[in-house]
Amino acid sequence: MKLKRNTKEMRVCSVFGVSLLSFLFFTSCNTDETQTVATFDNLVLEDNFDIDGQINRDIWNFDIGDGAAQGIPGWGNNELQYYTDRPENATTENGYLLITAQQEDFNGAQYTSARLQTKNKFQQLYGRFEARIRLPYGQGYWPAFWLLGDDSDGSIWPRIGEIDIMENVGDEPTTIFGTVHGPGYSGAESISKSYTLQNTRVDTEFHIYGIEWGPNYINYYIDDVLYNQITPEDVPGEWVFNDRPFYIILNVAVGGNLPGPPNAETEFPQTMLVDYVRVYQR
Amino acid sequence: MKINRSIHNIVFVFTLLCLVVSCERGLSEDVQFATFPKNGDIFIDAPVSLTDEFFVSFDPAGGANPDGFGTDNNEAFQGTTSIRVDVPAPNDPAGGFIGGIFLDRGDGRDLTGFDALTFWAKGSTTATVGLVGFGTDFDQNKFAVTRENIQLSTDWRKYTVPIPDASKLVQEKGMFIFSAGTNSTNGFGFTFWIDELRFENLGTVAQPRPRIFDGQDIVQQAFTGTTLNVSGLSQIFNIADGSNVEVSPAPAYFNFESSNLDVAIVNESGEIQIIGEGTATITAQLNGVAAQGSMELTSVGSFNFAPTPTQSPESVVSLFSDAYTDIPVSRYNSFFEPFQTTLGGVLPIGNQSIISYTNLNFVGIVFNDVIFPAEAVSPVNATNLNTLHIDINVQEALQAGDRLLLQLTNYGSTETVGSYLINGSELQQDAWVSFDIPLSSFSGLSDRSRIGLLLFNSEDGPASPTISNIFVDNIYFY
Repeated sequence: MKLKRNTKEMRVCSVFGVSLLSFLFFTSCNTDETQTVATFDNLVLEDNFDIDGQINRDIWNFDIGDGAAQGIPGWGNNELQYYTDRPENATTENGYLLITAQQEDFNGAQYTSARLQTKNKFQQLYGRFEARIRLPYGQGYWPAFWLLGDDSDGSIWPRIGEIDIMENVGDEPTTIFGTVHGPGYSGAESISKSYTLQNTRVDTEFHIYGIEWGPNYINYYIDDVLYNQITPEDVPGEWVFNDRPFYIILNVAVGGNLPGPPNAETEFPQTMLVDYVRVYQR
Repeated sequence: MKINRSIHNIVFVFTLLCLVVSCERGLSEDVQFATFPKNGDIFIDAPVSLTDEFFVSFDPAGGANPDGFGTDNNEAFQGTTSIRVDVPAPNDPAGGFIGGIFLDRGDGRDLTGFDALTFWAKGSTTATVGLVGFGTDFDQNKFAVTRENIQLSTDWRKYTVPIPDASKLVQEKGMFIFSAGTNSTNGFGFTFWIDELRFENLGTVAQPRPRIFDGQDIVQQAFTGTTLNVSGLSQIFNIADGSNVEVSPAPAYFNFESSNLDVAIVNESGEIQIIGEGTATITAQLNGVAAQGSMELTSVGSFNFAPTPTQSPESVVSLFSDAYTDIPVSRYNSFFEPFQTTLGGVLPIGNQSIISYTNLNFVGIVFNDVIFPAEAVSPVNATNLNTLHIDINVQEALQAGDRLLLQLTNYGSTETVGSYLINGSELQQDAWVSFDIPLSSFSGLSDRSRIGLLLFNSEDGPASPTISNIFVDNIYFY
């Protein structure tokens, strides 16, 4: 359902806002009532993936297939993988969730992988969503940690809203991006910002990817760096992030419009390791 | 670090960690200070702690042009000055290519804190520089690393040569090596500039994939008392821009291992000594990462070489012998299509070599200017020679009806073929039999002035080979 994003420069005032917020962030040692960030400290969901070989089905559903059954073949982006719930594609081991993309002929696809989501099991409006993740690398990999709005009222994307907390294309091993999609700003028109790590990579180290999301704002951070804030002023359409709960998705796509297909140098299999997923409320 | 209740907690914990670590570092008595300078800079606006020569050229006697190297105050990526290299044309009387090394001024540097050699470069045209790297000191070159064929742009671009395992580089003198010719420019000389040449700790050199034997799993027969080399050493890294970079590390970066020390031992130079009968598999690691590729060796004992030839070299025209200098030969296995099944060819054994043919039906040794024009060599004028010598060792049980027909072809104004039949009864399994065959015995070979093909044919009828596996050696006219 995620569609190709383009990077849009933030407005000057927003950049200033982020700088100010960062300043508050790094200088304050005690929780300050006036801060609008870092105030979500009530842990409401935590999965540390601590039981080997067992994904907690009280939290996670699997999306299966190539999207055709959902009416979006290639999951809306001409992706090449077939999602399964086999241990070859998703399991837990040594305290990590492993989502592994394999190169294999499977039900007409050349690749398999997995996509886990929490629809109807864990959904929440606002809060701090974060995960500690190590990503795969190489042309064609497209891992993501993202949220979709609940659609039980019959609304369809992009009206339901999409918050991409972290996406990466495997041929850019130092860069991630965070994006929102909504009515009038979806797909190629989505509102996005990338962040490039210095002296480290997404595939050699774990990094913490998160958002802090409240009324009329979504703050994006990686590790201890707040790198973007998106508010209703930044989107050229209706702000759809104040009116419904969202659920979590973790997946590794292969190919598709955004990363392009794997090439001869792309290594298979490779695994996205998730150390934990945590959600906080105020 | 699993409990990160908020971001300023992370900052706090990090700060605390730093403090604690700093304290321990200050108090520890185990600290060892590096003996050699840790400076990574090589050329910024001037050479940094390099020898007075700055540039030590490859040997001009080998064709290297020592004149095209200098610095340029009109070009720089940063600062004022860059290195300028003028790549000569192949026919330049002062030398047809340029290359050499930069050496540390002192006893070497401690490069263990870096993960790559980097520099910025720019070309007068989009030429290719054949080789860049470090670790070559014109002494032992023990930790040499090279990257081949970097493509220049006409604007400044940054290049990275990953360090395979920096922990080895505690005292390295070879700061830089380059070599450039005009292969990519059709012989036209060009200029390129290098700036900001230094070792760096990028933190983004990742996903090491070392290889030996070009990543292949080789199965090979070996003989006790001989030595083989681990070949095809490489390592691929993924760097910050997402591209894969391949370098060729010296053997000393690898830890080689033999699975059976009674059969084969392998030293840090990658030399495999076969010391006993049995099977051993050679594998390697580089900085803890298992290398792709291996060699499974099976030694059946010492190799029984053919008798050393006794003819004096002046009277011999040799096609294949370690005892003589061979004439140019285009193919030791003709691979004639589509009917030839024969595989094999020259087989090195220790510091000698033989020819091994397997799955034989027929096969030619080609030394003419007719069959494969692209690989033309001169045929042999055997007008004043009278004998063909050949040693044959059959690698299977001989059976009644086995035969080996030798045929010589003369490429005169018309092609003429002379044949000589060796019966299976004249050959032995696992033993050398020497033949000295008068050329006059090759029936049908009237003209001997342009002999250019020796054919071995074991068929006793169409598609009906007899002997399938032979060794041959010491093939010469005299």
